[in-house]
Amino acid sequence: MAVENKPQTMAQKIMARHCSRQYLNAGEIINAEVDFVLANDITMPLAIEEFKKIGVKKVFDTEKVIIVPDHFTPNKDIKSAQQCKILREFAYEYKIKNYFEVGKMGIEHALLPELGLVMPGDLAIGADSHTCTYGALGAATTGVGSTDVAVAMATGTAWFMVPETIKFIYKGKLKPWVTGKDLILYTIGLIGVDGARYMSMEFGGPVIRQLSMDGRFTMCNMAIEAGGKFGIVEFDEITGKYLEPKRTREYKIYQSDDNVKYFKTYEIDCSNLELQVSTPHLPSNAKAARDLKDIKIDQAVIGSCTNGRLEDLKIAAEILDGRKINGKVRTIILPATQHIYLEALELGYIKTFIESGCAVSTPTCGPCLGGHMGVLAEGERAVSTTNRNFVGRMGHPKSEVYLSGPAVAAASAIAGKIATPEEVL
Amino acid sequence: MIIKEKVIKYGNNVDTDVIIPARYLNTSSQDELAAHCFEDLDENFKEKLKDRKIIVAGDNFGCGSSREHAPLAIKASGVKLIIAKTFARIFFRNAINIGLAVIPSEEASENVKDGDELEVDLEKGLIKDNTDGKIFKINPVPDFINEIIANGGYINYIKKKIKSQTAG
Repeated sequence: MAVENKPQTMAQKIMARHCSRQYLNAGEIINAEVDFVLANDITMPLAIEEFKKIGVKKVFDTEKVIIVPDHFTPNKDIKSAQQCKILREFAYEYKIKNYFEVGKMGIEHALLPELGLVMPGDLAIGADSHTCTYGALGAATTGVGSTDVAVAMATGTAWFMVPETIKFIYKGKLKPWVTGKDLILYTIGLIGVDGARYMSMEFGGPVIRQLSMDGRFTMCNMAIEAGGKFGIVEFDEITGKYLEPKRTREYKIYQSDDNVKYFKTYEIDCSNLELQVSTPHLPSNAKAARDLKDIKIDQAVIGSCTNGRLEDLKIAAEILDGRKINGKVRTIILPATQHIYLEALELGYIKTFIESGCAVSTPTCGPCLGGHMGVLAEGERAVSTTNRNFVGRMGHPKSEVYLSGPAVAAASAIAGKIATPEEVL
Repeated sequence: MIIKEKVIKYGNNVDTDVIIPARYLNTSSQDELAAHCFEDLDENFKEKLKDRKIIVAGDNFGCGSSREHAPLAIKASGVKLIIAKTFARIFFRNAINIGLAVIPSEEASENVKDGDELEVDLEKGLIKDNTDGKIFKINPVPDFINEIIANGGYINYIKKKIKSQTAG
């Protein structure tokens, strides 16, 4: 078979196009052109330091470098303010077009798709592990470190190993309240935190074809929690509709060939899939929420690059509407972008949250990584719609994080312990 | 290069949050990062470092965040080499990019014990456990990665490449 006719996965095709090749073998190391390069207030200061060592006078493209100060912003302390100052000054000096100041800023992985900065078929890197989120648009994007970003800012290129692909086919009919978060927590539980190490996770099947964009973003976002390089979903009508008002440039749609050889294929029947919770201290500790009895919580967090989108807030608002959160629980809700915040405000969700006793925050990654806006004390426990529950992730090394979707987080906030919506409605 | 040092041994899934907790990521200072390296995993890490400079771990070392602060904190602590059964993808490339030696070795990970003395010959690709005499082979890495390592990291490699392009 001629090389150009050999079946390939979406990931292989996208990567091949970006290094002017017809076909790539899994395991090959390539140097490829990237469509954009992203970093935040934690990773960018280091990248700038390294970039300056290279000695080039400008970035490869002032429109393709994206800087989002979202982790410790609005500046949580003097040191964070200093870090943010470094990237602000860099952005002005190097005429970076896509620098998003507090007020315009949102959590990067919600903000970029919202603004149409990512298009299907893109190959891109970001110095944030959840850069794999954009695979929901049919793009191959992945997290790297600051040095990779420094080099890409100078050259517009990055080195990649071409990954194998694991295909996940989701079948059946989802139960009420079950979302993309439950699918991905269950999947990580199935394959483990390194079950897709170095690989592309391709999500498909009838359940995915009906899943909203917000749900797809959530799933691709957590591919890294199984060690994945990409989380990727084929372009379809839902993708097209989402992109219609945001289209900023031409894009190319890639699909995996029918006869392509996957590293492994999983078929998952979702009809009996319960709402999931991952217990401390690994995202792979996924269990049915209703099997977790009497796990009292001190805090509930609804937000992050995983679950801070409008659909997540809608679910939380439906459950919290007209109800009060438990007096011993601090509930913090963080819309992921200013736009989402405004939409939630217009739809009345914010009013619902405040009336039920929640604190509503401006967009920030804050509590997800124990930075600010909801850090846990020793012995405290949170249920959270974020993505990691490692030791010390949300604060004190002796605190605990239970990962869930927005429905369980909102229900738990009312119950004061881990609960499903059925228990509180 | 030969690295002859004693071993600090850790388990599976050592994540970037325990390597350097995010609460210390409001700085890029390597000394400050090193001061808090592994503090949520092992309160005796600094004590152990006095006479041990190789970390040997299990599966998926460095999983989680993309923070380059993690390999930087380990490197700045004085650790010379990490051997693990497997490495998480981003940590692995970050370590290579900053010039911290990382070796995936299932055999060494399974056999080497806490406190053993290792003699690692990176050129010959051999790990010798001086405590029990066992020898493990290091699997060869792709040329491109070797080139980055030989140049002491990705930045030096790129600088050289850009220089040769402008000269050529």
